[in-house]
Amino acid sequence: MRLPPWTGILSRSIAAILGGYLLASLVAACCALGLALPRAEAVMTGAMLAFAVHAGAVIYAFAVRSAWRAWAGLALPAALLGGLLWLLQSGGAA
Amino acid sequence: MKPGFRQSMAWLHTWSGLLVGWVLFAVFLTGTAAYLRPEISLWMRPELEVTRPGPDIAPRLMEAMARLAPGSPNWSIGMPTARDPVARVFWRDPQAPNRRGFRDAALHPATGEVLTARATRGGEFFYRFHFDLHYMSPIVARWIVSACAMFMLVAIISGIVTHRRIFADFFTFRPGKGQRSWLDGHAVAAVLALPYHLMITYTGLVTLMFLTMPWGAQLAYKGDRAAMNADIFGNAPVTRPAGRPAPLVGIGPLVEEAARRWEGSSVGRITVQNPGDARATIQLVRQDSERISFNPQSLLFDGTTGALISATGEAALPAAETRGVMYGLHVGRFAGPLLRGLFLLSGLAGSVMVATGCILWAVKMRQQAAKRGRVGFGTRLVEHLNVAAIAGLPVAMGAFFWANRLLPAQMEGRAEWEIHLFFAAWGLCLLHPLLRRGRQAWVEQLGLGALLFGLLPLLNLLVTRRHLGITLAEGDWIRAGFDLGLLAIGGALGAIAWMVARPKVAGARAERTAASPLATAEAAE
Repeated sequence: MRLPPWTGILSRSIAAILGGYLLASLVAACCALGLALPRAEAVMTGAMLAFAVHAGAVIYAFAVRSAWRAWAGLALPAALLGGLLWLLQSGGAA
Repeated sequence: MKPGFRQSMAWLHTWSGLLVGWVLFAVFLTGTAAYLRPEISLWMRPELEVTRPGPDIAPRLMEAMARLAPGSPNWSIGMPTARDPVARVFWRDPQAPNRRGFRDAALHPATGEVLTARATRGGEFFYRFHFDLHYMSPIVARWIVSACAMFMLVAIISGIVTHRRIFADFFTFRPGKGQRSWLDGHAVAAVLALPYHLMITYTGLVTLMFLTMPWGAQLAYKGDRAAMNADIFGNAPVTRPAGRPAPLVGIGPLVEEAARRWEGSSVGRITVQNPGDARATIQLVRQDSERISFNPQSLLFDGTTGALISATGEAALPAAETRGVMYGLHVGRFAGPLLRGLFLLSGLAGSVMVATGCILWAVKMRQQAAKRGRVGFGTRLVEHLNVAAIAGLPVAMGAFFWANRLLPAQMEGRAEWEIHLFFAAWGLCLLHPLLRRGRQAWVEQLGLGALLFGLLPLLNLLVTRRHLGITLAEGDWIRAGFDLGLLAIGGALGAIAWMVARPKVAGARAERTAASPLATAEAAE
């Protein structure tokens, strides 16, 4: 069954806006905990970088051939960063 | 969606721009006006004299505060500057009627006397509106404005990709050719100040990043806001009063110490905690117009002995300095007159870019509609909102200035009513296109804007002492320049209205080139 074109646009938009924000937040969080900088420096580096990541994610979500690819391409780095964040947090607690 | 990278970027550019275009236009135009915040505030308070700050102004102001706010735990004194030649002070007063418990006043820059002027938000209104909007929670508004700025960033990046002939088109403007001209105008306004547009959008996002991207800070500080504020903003820790009275140390030597440390540059703000108590502190903050970075440099002194307790912001680390410079670039307070002029022009170019983008969409839709022979609701809605958002905003701004001149000086809630009238005028501009279709609505709103701005200097002659005849003679360049600027804006709006009002010329030319679907669409109206 072929879905109508607007479903693809909606799907990409959600991937771009919410998925992109999640990815950007993960970058900000990983920088804040992972960078070997003073705490405030690491926090601000991550937050300033996050907007570029979000913009890049939006461009990516609309540039790739299908909505599925958009989701996959954002989910993969998000999963990697999520894992890294988990390591950083459990490492910090130990 | 059509295949191909450039096509998908063109699609993304169109929709990310259009969806938030009207909000972006308002943010861009009022943000541009905010570059003139002190000038607007001074013009809107014609009662205030422009005097040079006296040499010993800091001690005078401290004495004034001791008279004004004897029991207050907190004073803040904004020093007078060349652009804003009065001292703006506020202090905490537990008995103050408003919820935040602050009172404020404007003080004479030489004597420290309280100055009385009409109640108005002045240029502060445009500054606040461009990220806090109005009639809503500032937090919600900042999220809305940040989201729109992110759309803007995406629109700029996808616009650059879409637009392959940036440098050739820079020199291309084909007026009077319908859609082609709008596209050229859009491209020229965008390319002319492209670095500025990217800078102002990204730095705008950065100014609100602790609200919109708080996750790193929350994880790293685990919710310890005080530690974060001290680390990132260099806020002086709050000290509790000792309960023993002790006189404040003289401010003069502290100001001299600050000038020595800051290469002779001046103090912008003095804040005093627990004045008159044994645990008083005095913080001097460096004038923000003297460096690009917005990171405050400050010195904290013991308020009774005058001993230096700490200095912040002297050796900022790279990320903090990057943020400070981004913030500083966004607010542009470091800029001298020439650079400020360029910032103003770039901000106007940004407003024109957004406006022409929205109009271009409507013009394209009209052409497609003409081929189908039917104009859809979406096209009509966009056309309607374009008029109200683009031509209506100058009308609202003009109404705000007229309200400032015409509302009675002693009126209750006067400052708020100036703002209510701003929105009332804008609301009428939103209704007006229901009655007047197409070009007529544009011409009338642009023409009204031209009249409101162009006649303001004349109104000044009737209702204030600060009209051009006096300000020019006295050398009050801030107010004279502002009046001349209002005339120029009125002239520009009038010229645009006049150009829009001559559809025949544009239509005839377009007919020769493209058999003018636009003109036929309009004829069918």
